[in-house]
Amino acid sequence: MARVGVFVCHCGENIAGTVDVAAVAKAALDMPGVVHAVDYKYMCSDPGQTLLKDAIKEKKLDGVVVAACSPRMHEPTFRRAAEEAGINPFLCEMANLREHCSWVHDKGAATTEKAIDLVRLQVEKVKRDRPLQPIRVPITKKALVLGGGIAGIQAALDIANSGNPVLLVEKSPSIGGHMSQLSETFPTLDCSQCILTPRMVEVARHPLITLYTYSELEKLDGFIGNFKATIRRKARKIDEKLCNGCGVCQQKCPVKKIPDEFNEGLSFRPAIYVPFPQAVPNKPVIDVKNCTYYKTGKCKACEKLCPTKAIRFDQEDIVEVHDVGAVVLATGFKTMPVGNFSEYGYGKLKDVIDGMKFERLASASGPTGGAIRRPSDGKEPQHVVFIACAGSRDRLKGVPYCSKVCCMYTAKHAMLYRHKVHGGQATVFYMDIRSAGKNYDEFVRRAIEEDGVKYVRGRVSRVYEEDGQLVVKGADTLLGAEPVEIRADMVVLATAVQAQNDAEELAQKLHVSYDPYKFFAEAHPKLRPVETNTAGVFLAGACQAPRDIPETVAQASGAAVKVAGLFSQPTLTREPIIAVVDRQPPPVFSSCVGCFLCKSACPYQAIEEEVIKNRNGDVLKVVAKVNPGLCQGCGTCVSTCRTKAIDLEGFSNEQVFAELMCI
Amino acid sequence: MAEPFEPKITAFVCNWCTYAGADLTGTSRIKYQPNVRVIRLPCTGRIDFMMVLKAFTRGSDGVIISGCHPNDCHYTSGNYHARRRWMVFRDLLEFVGIDLERIIFSWVSAAEGAKWADLVNEVTSKVRALGPYRELRQLAAVGID
Repeated sequence: MARVGVFVCHCGENIAGTVDVAAVAKAALDMPGVVHAVDYKYMCSDPGQTLLKDAIKEKKLDGVVVAACSPRMHEPTFRRAAEEAGINPFLCEMANLREHCSWVHDKGAATTEKAIDLVRLQVEKVKRDRPLQPIRVPITKKALVLGGGIAGIQAALDIANSGNPVLLVEKSPSIGGHMSQLSETFPTLDCSQCILTPRMVEVARHPLITLYTYSELEKLDGFIGNFKATIRRKARKIDEKLCNGCGVCQQKCPVKKIPDEFNEGLSFRPAIYVPFPQAVPNKPVIDVKNCTYYKTGKCKACEKLCPTKAIRFDQEDIVEVHDVGAVVLATGFKTMPVGNFSEYGYGKLKDVIDGMKFERLASASGPTGGAIRRPSDGKEPQHVVFIACAGSRDRLKGVPYCSKVCCMYTAKHAMLYRHKVHGGQATVFYMDIRSAGKNYDEFVRRAIEEDGVKYVRGRVSRVYEEDGQLVVKGADTLLGAEPVEIRADMVVLATAVQAQNDAEELAQKLHVSYDPYKFFAEAHPKLRPVETNTAGVFLAGACQAPRDIPETVAQASGAAVKVAGLFSQPTLTREPIIAVVDRQPPPVFSSCVGCFLCKSACPYQAIEEEVIKNRNGDVLKVVAKVNPGLCQGCGTCVSTCRTKAIDLEGFSNEQVFAELMCI
Repeated sequence: MAEPFEPKITAFVCNWCTYAGADLTGTSRIKYQPNVRVIRLPCTGRIDFMMVLKAFTRGSDGVIISGCHPNDCHYTSGNYHARRRWMVFRDLLEFVGIDLERIIFSWVSAAEGAKWADLVNEVTSKVRALGPYRELRQLAAVGID
């Protein structure tokens, strides 16, 4: 006879406010098998856990139901407590009275009744729980970092410095990401390149970091500690070993008019190019789409002139499979295209640019050498209007969230402009100034007070061209929505930060959850911000949400510590929630008939064939066998099995049907 | 006067998307009707459709099946298995004469807290309007279970 204990948590007022917890505990006492039921203010607190442990020992409980919050929150906590009290941790179940009941229903009899039902389901389940032993699997102590921006660079360096090898994969020809494009960074105004390039070089030189630029993840198989990553190394059409980065090919390439991605289309590049002078690795790549040779079969100017004979027109993509134990996703963001904004000219007005373009204009390594020149005619703009929240916090046409970095970089842009064009006027249209951060508000105040940037609180309704100038029409809401009209030479939009175009596809490759805006979802918004729901996959930087550089770096280091922590264990412990095939004594051996439908259903190739032989070596039966190292416990095989020979630990047929018997 | 009919809804949900989505409904404090009882499974692929029949014989008036969106399955393909099996099973149910309107197959992701609340409300209201479901319960009572 089962001896189940039920512990009902008040969660302060969170549960007790809507559910009659005393009534739940009382009702639980009447459930068959329950010998002990109490309610307590905070079950997860130290005294709460002690209460649970003492009851297990005193009442000799062989099953525990904690009716509290979501098992996704505290199941590990209570399982550990149960284990400490001397019972198998898998004899502990949770009834979700908070997220699934008290928080979503009004106070009343129906809510308490539901709470009692939820407890009853778990009591029936726990009575049928079997003691399970955690599974130990080996760990491949090598990390895969996806994305070579500042997040990926920091994560790769930190993991490598902890003594573990790293494979850093970047899709573009150089690492550096968005940060390498920035002119100067807030709130210190130090030059982005100056602080970033040493780190880029460190990555390239680190003995434990393998750098794959111009490469992409094709597929990720396996599970925590034992992933298999398939990586496509796109053909650069260059022998990287021979190339010494002299740059002759770039100078001699006859194709010159390709918009330069690094300079946001403000300048041009040849068909064979290094994205920017400080690129790591400093090796060119041939842009196959624009190269004359690939279009017409003639040219080969670079091949003829290359002093080291490094050009390889026939080079093919290489697909490699790497064993890794953990993955850090650091794939960054994109900004909303200016073409999205009809009111600001659909991106057709040449002098309406976005923040990234302004960064390139203001950058000493940019197309103008750091001089602010407007794109249409190259004149120095005398009045620049900055529009914050272009797309952000705009439920109708943009995204509802705040992009977080724009208030700060708009202040920085205005400041840089005022420093570079002394007589120029800078006007910022804003909704609110969000400058929370160390020295951030001081920075914005400096822009306003010391550099004389004019801040106008209000939205811009329209930007149009008139007599070679841009007319900005808006409202000043602090002056009672007074209409404002400004004639400007250039308009800079602080466009919204968005997830990368391929974020959804990548999330699906890694089985990572994502939010409605395609930002990758963290396992818990507060307590597990760098982990994902997929064990062994971690997050760093703006692929999770809009982030500035300090936060990105901090998060990348956080993710790196999680990886290093994982790798510090000799072997990995996994939850034993896996499928098992029924085995019986002879002459039946197993109720499995060997149809292997399960094998075709299993997404992990975890079903193997077990040959049962007699003493003479004659085959008696071939049955399915689950490889516990590969099985992830989805249970798809269980519902496929015709003879019910396969079952899932922790969610067995008996358990689910027992739950259903009491609904 | 008889009490107004309150339907019993049983929901079979996967741990990674819909269960997490329902958790988010809670964290966001979005209210919905308390008629639903959730059976947590690792994946919708774990759903043996006998479970759905059992839910009806044990007194459910409606059933929700919900997991990860296509392509988003935590286990790569469990939700596809569930969907395919559901397609086959649905034909069988229709042939047997079970009211298909009482089974709602949906996808709710971990980020769709509001969708879970809407789904539960919608199904509860629909089943409330359909009235109690007795056919399978009666069959079970005479021993055909």
